[in-house]
Amino acid sequence: MANDTAQVPAPAPAAKKPRKVFGLIYVERDRCKGCTFCVEFCPPKCLGMSEDFNAKGYHVPMLTAPDDCTGCNLCGLYCPDFAIYGWMRKAGKETP
Amino acid sequence: MSEAATATVPAAAPVRPANKVEPFLRMDRMPTVWCPGCGIGTVVNGLAQALERCKLDLDKVAIVSGIGCTGRVAGYVRLDSFHTTHGRPIPFATGLKLANPELKVIVVSGDGDLTAIGGNHFIHAARRNIDMTVICVNNHTYGMTGGQVTPTTPPPAIASTTPYGAYEDPFNLQFLADACGAVYCARWTVAHVRQLAKAIEEALQKRGFSFVEAISPCPTLYARRNRLGEGVDALKYYEEKSVVKHGAPTREVGIGFQSEIAVGKFVDRERATLIEAMNERYSKAARGYVPYPTGHKPRK
Amino acid sequence: MKADPRGVLTGTHFMDGDHSCCEGALAAGCRFAAGYPITPSTEVVERISGRLPEMGGMFLQMEDELASSIAIQGAAWAGAKTLTVTSGPGFSLMMEHIGLAAMTETPCVYVDVQRGGPSTGLPTMPAQQDMMQAKWGSHGDYGIIAVCPNSPQECFDLTILAFNLAEQYRVPALVMMDEVVGHMIERVVIPEADRIEVVPRRYTQKKPGEYLPFRPGHDLVPDIVKAGDGYRLHVTGLTHDERGYPAMNVPAQEKLVRRLVDKIRLNAEKICRTEESGLDDAEVVVVSYGITSRIAQRSIELARARGVKVGSLRLLVAWPFPEHRIKALAGRVKAFVVPELNFGQMALEVERVAAGRSRTVCVGHAGGSVHDPKTIADAIVEAAR
Repeated sequence: MANDTAQVPAPAPAAKKPRKVFGLIYVERDRCKGCTFCVEFCPPKCLGMSEDFNAKGYHVPMLTAPDDCTGCNLCGLYCPDFAIYGWMRKAGKETP
Repeated sequence: MSEAATATVPAAAPVRPANKVEPFLRMDRMPTVWCPGCGIGTVVNGLAQALERCKLDLDKVAIVSGIGCTGRVAGYVRLDSFHTTHGRPIPFATGLKLANPELKVIVVSGDGDLTAIGGNHFIHAARRNIDMTVICVNNHTYGMTGGQVTPTTPPPAIASTTPYGAYEDPFNLQFLADACGAVYCARWTVAHVRQLAKAIEEALQKRGFSFVEAISPCPTLYARRNRLGEGVDALKYYEEKSVVKHGAPTREVGIGFQSEIAVGKFVDRERATLIEAMNERYSKAARGYVPYPTGHKPRK
Repeated sequence: MKADPRGVLTGTHFMDGDHSCCEGALAAGCRFAAGYPITPSTEVVERISGRLPEMGGMFLQMEDELASSIAIQGAAWAGAKTLTVTSGPGFSLMMEHIGLAAMTETPCVYVDVQRGGPSTGLPTMPAQQDMMQAKWGSHGDYGIIAVCPNSPQECFDLTILAFNLAEQYRVPALVMMDEVVGHMIERVVIPEADRIEVVPRRYTQKKPGEYLPFRPGHDLVPDIVKAGDGYRLHVTGLTHDERGYPAMNVPAQEKLVRRLVDKIRLNAEKICRTEESGLDDAEVVVVSYGITSRIAQRSIELARARGVKVGSLRLLVAWPFPEHRIKALAGRVKAFVVPELNFGQMALEVERVAAGRSRTVCVGHAGGSVHDPKTIADAIVEAAR
């Protein structure tokens, strides 16, 4: 993403602020039909399909990069089977 | 079994909130009959979003569907729901609305149901501007019966009754609805989940005949026969080939086979609804007429 | 419960059957109608379109009979008593939705002012050729109620009966008129509203969560609710369970369809209405209905004058068929004579139930006019031989 057109040195990356909001997802395993809409449309691309499969024989989604989940629930909005949803958690809080 | 990761998430055990869509659904009927990769469930998701944002009294919302895969929506949504005959949800909904104008009536059905067998009812309801929202899940096929051609199947797509490829010009449903007088016409695909939900929300709040077309995949039949991949591949195509064209003239937004899909809100206008026109005429001419028949109080 | 006076045009009128049918519907509490013009039924909705707005009701002319026949069901589920009207070709179009109403147990009334058929036939001339269609016209097995007025007065009275039976049995009820009864003008007496009995919709007392839309009461009929009251009910034309959810399996089909049939069949004796005379010593019984029963009256006089002991059994309710009355008479009488404006429809029912214990003679007619009374009289005399 950097444009290396000139000899201008790349700026130092800004110090990352500590994350306050984390995302979590939940998958209702046996309702999922393995369509992969959620995986495809997850903005931080933190979902992937599992190796194992559910009772119906479908592979189900899982967080492959859990740190990247923002809890945006786009997976939940796309899911045609209401089998996955995400939510945001603030650091240090028990409840969402 | 929770798939939630625990790596760098705060140590306290997370308490899982409920899925916000579940109160809108008949959870005792899950899972749905729809195929993996079918987009109808995504449209239902959008409807649930819209209902929540509109803050409607859900006891007064009724959903009517026809026959077909999309017709099964009525069975899954936890509202007063009516799964009627093929092509006829609109006149059923008309009767429901006229006899109790307080009800918010939503019709959800497929492209074949609404515009082939139901075509006559579609055009008249739009002409009358009866206050209802019609959500058409357009997957260019009759899914439930095995993938036959519909009035929206773009040539030369293969369908079970056009094994050599379709050769009829399809309907441009936005143009049709617009020409018949619908006051709100919008099209999105199921890849546009937020915009679709927003369009449904606007349609629900619109007085009169509002029409939302949701382009959706049929992986098992339309996509498979035409070698278009899985449902998720169709969504990728929608994302890639959709062009937002709010306000475009509806005659120009037809859809061809794997062509560009014009999405957006094309029509948003005001017109007296059927009940308003009826009340006005009767108040002028019928002796002793009291508006809002059957004694119901007017909805704001 | 007494009729709502707003719908009751009390007085003595000189009206035709179509108009009286409209007034009967209004007296019964009909406040929503949908329809499509078709001769000879159009006058019913022409009148109702003017009358309903006066009493807080509404009529909408729909784009076709398919729409009319289901719009009334939508209105029924919103709580209204509803009516649609048609004739032969439209009746055929409405068949799918009559089946839907039977399957979903939706109370509503369909009026068929019969005319010559098949197809476009004789739009302005009478027949009684839709009688079997009234019972069997929709696909599938179900029970149905059909009444047959033979005069404008009966068009008023029996339309009210149809509405009442539809509510009581949660079934579509049919009013099988014919073009002559529809267009003949006679004296119609409409009483005071408090002398007209109407059956209210049998709404459940149960709360949402307790109520099951298709769990029957002891009379095999479930109580009903309407949309908007918080029940979040599901109504489907698919075979369903007591919750109303689709249940496409053999046990559910057996349970549901058997009940839909039994609901009417086992309650037949309560539903049937007949008008009988001269049966005690009858050698021949004339079984008739609708306009033909008026001609049959004359024929019976002629036959009696020729020495035949003739009784009359007139069907006010054709479906369910009054098997119990025919069974009681079969074997006691030499023959049943069944004149009708068709080539034998209710005659088939008489013959079936008589089971050979008495002869059944059908006096058929292609339709287009009414019988010559002498034709029926001759058949009666012949049957008595």
